[in-house]
Amino acid sequence: MPHPLSRLAALLLASFAASQAMAANVYVSNEKDHTLSVIDSSTLQVVKTLKVGKRPRGITLSKDGKSLFICASDDNTVQVMDLASGKITHNLPSGEDPEQFALAPDGKSLYIANENSNVVTIIDVASRRVTGQVDVGVEPEGMAVSPDGRWAVNTSETTNMVHWIDTATRKLVDSTLVDQRPRYARFSADGKLLWVSAEVGGTVSVIDVASRKRIKTISFAITGIPKDRIQPVGIRLTRDGRYAFVPLGPANHVAVIDAKTFQPVKYLLVGRRVWHAELSADEKQLWVTNGISNDVSVIDTAALKVLKSIPVGRYPWGVAVSGS
Amino acid sequence: MPALPVRLAFCLAAGLLALPAAAQTTIRLTYLEEARVATNPLANIEPVPDDLGRAGAELAISDNNTTGKFLQQRFELARIAVPTGASGADMLAKVQKSGAGFVVLNVSAGAIDRLMAQPAAGRYLWFNAGAPDDRLRQNQCRANLLHTLPGRAMQADALAQYLATRRWNKWFLVSGPRPEDQLYAAAVRRAAKRFGGRIVGEKVWKYGHDARRTAQGEVPVFTQVGDYDVLIVADESGDFGDYLSYRTWLPRPVAGTQGLVAGGWHAAAEQWGAVQLQNRFRQQSHRPMQPVDYAAWAAVRSVGEAASRTASGETAKLSAYIRGPEFQLAGFKGRTLSYRPWNGELRQPMMVAQPRSLVSLSPQDGFLHPRTDLDTLGFDAPEVKCPGH
Repeated sequence: MPHPLSRLAALLLASFAASQAMAANVYVSNEKDHTLSVIDSSTLQVVKTLKVGKRPRGITLSKDGKSLFICASDDNTVQVMDLASGKITHNLPSGEDPEQFALAPDGKSLYIANENSNVVTIIDVASRRVTGQVDVGVEPEGMAVSPDGRWAVNTSETTNMVHWIDTATRKLVDSTLVDQRPRYARFSADGKLLWVSAEVGGTVSVIDVASRKRIKTISFAITGIPKDRIQPVGIRLTRDGRYAFVPLGPANHVAVIDAKTFQPVKYLLVGRRVWHAELSADEKQLWVTNGISNDVSVIDTAALKVLKSIPVGRYPWGVAVSGS
Repeated sequence: MPALPVRLAFCLAAGLLALPAAAQTTIRLTYLEEARVATNPLANIEPVPDDLGRAGAELAISDNNTTGKFLQQRFELARIAVPTGASGADMLAKVQKSGAGFVVLNVSAGAIDRLMAQPAAGRYLWFNAGAPDDRLRQNQCRANLLHTLPGRAMQADALAQYLATRRWNKWFLVSGPRPEDQLYAAAVRRAAKRFGGRIVGEKVWKYGHDARRTAQGEVPVFTQVGDYDVLIVADESGDFGDYLSYRTWLPRPVAGTQGLVAGGWHAAAEQWGAVQLQNRFRQQSHRPMQPVDYAAWAAVRSVGEAASRTASGETAKLSAYIRGPEFQLAGFKGRTLSYRPWNGELRQPMMVAQPRSLVSLSPQDGFLHPRTDLDTLGFDAPEVKCPGH
């Protein structure tokens, strides 16, 4: 029988290893501060604040997790940050006013929505060159690439459509009408469904990718909150297909939707004007940005409870979590 | 920017792209403007732009066309300018010639009366983007006349709600001698009754029009009326209103047609994606977007939105949809906009702003309405007597 102390040591070591495995860096872009807050996901503390370009909005990790792409909207560029050093290593040509983008599953191409010029710009990450631009509707905003890499979709906020770009030919081949002011698009893990939020319409559309037709429109109702204050923006879907999480903007809640029945099952109160969300790699935590209360909320996805709100910079916008 | 040549190449490629050749639908709109009676606003730093209103319609046409290309819809805008006081028959003949089913009006209320008196006017859907007259929204409305410009009642209600939240309830009302100033003053009196304002003093400004040299002497004397919380000025043509601030006997804020103003749009709006609209407008017209531009934009976008949703270009079908319960327009004000079925006025949040910044958005929190709080601004159904609506 091993010595009791060594057993304790082993336990301690194991729990330490577990917390190490769980500890991730959470990156939050602060739109009005031109900074990035870095939060340790195990201590739930801000550990660093890094200066970046003007008006950082969409952020996404590279496939190897070593760098972070940052839409610096007012600098009209996408910055690439080396996460080990926290330094911007170079800029990518992004087209005018980049707001959101999506990295192809192979990590090679970045699809950028240029809000001011009604185009989607395609960048080759390695050679840092623009390889194409595709004309879309008025105010392109949301971007997503299907898990199989076949489709890049863009939502245009004033045209109220999802535009389907064939990534092989880089041509717009179809457009699906959704509700007012579509902000964000997200494919299900199996690539069969596309979820699209409509901020002013107050709905989330679920689109069948094969037919590119809308199969379900999800509405929300929260007691005491006027219907038109419920403005869905970001979307995150769990890999097991169980839940969808949708931040509802000025309703200050995150909707938890049963992703099989498409029914909202719970609304979680977070900070003010909640826009974007990211799951941790193990999907045990959901991080959301509260633009007006200048904080982020972290949600326990098993208990469906808000654990804590953590102050960051002014107007937190995008969020990325290492390892996810 | 290296992207430009690439973009050009892709545009060309897109042009060659063999999409299924569905027949293209053309939807025609006409923008009709009446020459303005020249006024001499004393604050001569901001002349009235020649393309006021028209620029908003033009921006919306290009927004509609960007959307329309995905649906094989094309939007065309004809522009008609008529002299002040043009006859109804003349105006209608020009509209008929343009071949449009939808007409955006930036004309006086009198011109609207003359147009609506024409029997053939019933065939069109008219959008009033230029006349704030409440009578067109209260007892002289028409089923096929919509109002994208908020009426004076909506303006005064939006301001009154904000003053109520500040508890600035004692108002000193100063109005100009022109008929439109008196109409604005009437809207202020109505708003006072609705939202708990008390008009503790009321005066008409009769000191002639050019107050530039004399305001410093006249205004302090003119404003000795006892105590009040806020001076509300009714001076739509800008004859003297700008000369009241900082010259009142008591240190009091000025609101109304100058100072703190409520309108459908403001150049300082930036939330809810408004920055994009402001940028597009500025890029096109090299000046800030004004409320009349926004009203014309909303009118043309309403037609575009109806065409996308119904996949149709038929005037009757689109008109019914625009006036129906399904219609929603995203207007960069954080809420969906729609038309009130009882008088055709666009339901919309109102911007309460000072010249260089947005102060608040009305309706204010706490002003409730069984349908939507947006209907706390302007004329509600029971207040409207409109045959045919």
